[in-house]
Amino acid sequence: MAGTQSKSSGGRAKSATKARGAMKNVPALAEFSKDEELNAYREMLFIRRFEEKAGQLYGMGLIGGFCHLYIGQEAVVVGMEMAKEKGDQMITSYRDHAHMLACGMDPKGVMAELTGRSGGLSKGKGGSMHMFSKEQEFYGGHGIVGAQVALGTGLAFANRYKENGKVSMAFFGDGAANQGQVYESFNMAKLWNLPVIYIIENNRYGMGTSVERASSTTDLSQRGASFGIPGVQVDGMDVRAVKAATDYAMEWCREGNGPYILEMITYRYRGHSMSDPAKYRSKDEVQKMRSEHDPIEQVRARLLEKEWSSEDDLKAIDKEVRAVVAASAEFAQNDPEPDPSELYTDIVL
Amino acid sequence: MAVEILMPALSPTMEEGKLAKWLKKEGDTVAAGDVIAEIETDKATMEVEAVDEGVLGRILVTEGTEEVKVNAPIAVLLEEGEDASAADKLGAASAAPAAAETPAVPAAPVAPAAPVESVVPADPEIPAGTKMVSRTVREALRDAMAEEMRRNENVFLMGEEVAQYQGAYKISQGLLDEFGERRVIDTPITEHGFTGLAVGAAMAGLNPIVEFMTFNFAMQAIDHIINSAAKTLYMSGGQMGAPVVFRGPNGAAARVGAQHSQDFAAWYASIPGLKVIQPYSATDAKGLLKAAIRDPNPVVFLENEILYGQHFDVPEVEDLVLPIGKARIVREGTDATMVSWGIGMTYALQAVDELAKQGVSVELIDLRTIRPLDMDTVLASVRKTGRLVTVEEAFPICSVSSEIAYQVQSEAFDWLDAPILRVTGKDVPMPYAANLEKLALPDAREVIDAVKAVTYTA
Repeated sequence: MAGTQSKSSGGRAKSATKARGAMKNVPALAEFSKDEELNAYREMLFIRRFEEKAGQLYGMGLIGGFCHLYIGQEAVVVGMEMAKEKGDQMITSYRDHAHMLACGMDPKGVMAELTGRSGGLSKGKGGSMHMFSKEQEFYGGHGIVGAQVALGTGLAFANRYKENGKVSMAFFGDGAANQGQVYESFNMAKLWNLPVIYIIENNRYGMGTSVERASSTTDLSQRGASFGIPGVQVDGMDVRAVKAATDYAMEWCREGNGPYILEMITYRYRGHSMSDPAKYRSKDEVQKMRSEHDPIEQVRARLLEKEWSSEDDLKAIDKEVRAVVAASAEFAQNDPEPDPSELYTDIVL
Repeated sequence: MAVEILMPALSPTMEEGKLAKWLKKEGDTVAAGDVIAEIETDKATMEVEAVDEGVLGRILVTEGTEEVKVNAPIAVLLEEGEDASAADKLGAASAAPAAAETPAVPAAPVAPAAPVESVVPADPEIPAGTKMVSRTVREALRDAMAEEMRRNENVFLMGEEVAQYQGAYKISQGLLDEFGERRVIDTPITEHGFTGLAVGAAMAGLNPIVEFMTFNFAMQAIDHIINSAAKTLYMSGGQMGAPVVFRGPNGAAARVGAQHSQDFAAWYASIPGLKVIQPYSATDAKGLLKAAIRDPNPVVFLENEILYGQHFDVPEVEDLVLPIGKARIVREGTDATMVSWGIGMTYALQAVDELAKQGVSVELIDLRTIRPLDMDTVLASVRKTGRLVTVEEAFPICSVSSEIAYQVQSEAFDWLDAPILRVTGKDVPMPYAANLEKLALPDAREVIDAVKAVTYTA
């Protein structure tokens, strides 16, 4: 395959994730312009600050139920968003705040949904795991592990039916990669050559169970092999690697070659959800990832090294981002709860 | 010795078929395994192979004959050396009429009262004077899909064997030819996956019809029907829904055992966000399927294999769309109310017409839609008669009948003159043995007994 050679990103991911299989066929790192680097930096930082705030509000009892944070995985969704075209769809699991922010959904609406308020994107009736936007082509937000894979394949089916040239991006985790419907979907997607990118966000743990303890084969990028679906492992901590791999997969899909699998080797710094103490891994492991592979720090270092930004410039971005997040949190705390009459609306049309 | 060749049963529900063609003629030598004839059932054309070898001595049923009963002799096979007179002897013996079938409803021992006239009200949805044509439920369902697919480019059909095979139960016959493989799609055997795929396609603006070969297999897919389709509108605060029709045969067929014989109406009917339709007649099958396809919500459309081949008068109108959520009074009466739906209606109708002969006037309501339940129609009738019997084939516990009984006692307690009774399938997995299967299903006798109990005329 053209443009798919093992590059330096492979080494990074390998060392970052120790027991992972060798990286192969990974498209080269994307060369980012100053604007792209700054965009990636801002977007990733925004997600991180937003998630930190969500964690804080959860701790204060303002967010209830389950709350799954994306901290550590920011490069995946931001790199993919940078590669997508208008009209391409995204669908993901319950770890979905970042995807919504990346595709342009209102952060106030997202945060107010987390607090269960009337101004939430689902009027407070969906919660952390269930938000949708037709305008931004975001199809949820799904709480059943693996369900979004079949649904995302259906989005691709609709693209082919309408011949609109769009690509569906179905995100799922290493845990979901063992669900039966994933393989039912793979089969149909290849059988009908549907334009769908399957993104396995391999953060090494399906809740508390490591990939090695859950999967008979741990190179998840090859899970499509028996269906004839190609796949690559990508350093999901490097936004440039994500962008490059996604560009490649997008082109593959748009040319009518059918589905493509991107296994993003990534890491979540926090527990599976807010109630997970994460005792299945060592503090050192987390610390090592944070200090050596942090997706935001990598961009920050490049911006400084190339003198595209000064420390002050970056501080200004941070300040800007914090202000947006603070405004979202403010709104989410002061917005009223949904009117009791909303209990019986939106059940059937 | 001459042996008879009998009309074979070619499917679990086949009772009769058409002898389409003889491929051997009288006097031909036949070896075991030779194809001797073609039989058309309502589902398919099948070849009949000879089991024994010999000479085709006599053809007893000429080709082109329709409605040949299963097990009726269709030819006589002679052994080498036998002459045709042996065939005639055998043919004459078997020409005697078969034992009369036991009537479903034994006649009443004594007529307790003067018969009442059966009052069959006109369907308010069908204009008076509309020309009626005879159609099977199967044809009605096919016509409904074809009409809606012509009307809306975004409607498509997917499922196992719906395209090239023309439908496992021939419901989609002819649709592939008319609409092509883009819109009539054979899926792999992968219910969970293709149901999720269809729901995703619906979220993206298409209107899929998902055919399950039977709703028993939809248990593999029920997560997507409920979690992905039924709940999305609510979870998205009204932004996004899933207009999918999930349809296929539901409930018991005949002799297919426990895993292929369950009625799921109560399961789906308990889910907010779904509409559930369970039609009995061909008219309702057509008019409600068209309505379901146009409905912006996910709709579970429960058919019945036994009903597929039954003929009904269907109004010949340009665009037959019937309202979802509206029951229909099919017999007017004064002594008791009976509520049924789907195949339960076959027992209900037999019982009501027999009871009329015995002087008991029953008002029979066909629910047609299970969710939303048309309780207004049921309650108005119960307030008139003071008595209620429900009839369905499903399991009794937590059934649709249970829900109706709850709502009636809650809303019309003061009008009730007797406890509400339900006639249902028995609380057992469906047995295979013919006699046990019969016992597991309701029958008209049980329905009559229930009406007599609530009217204190037993």
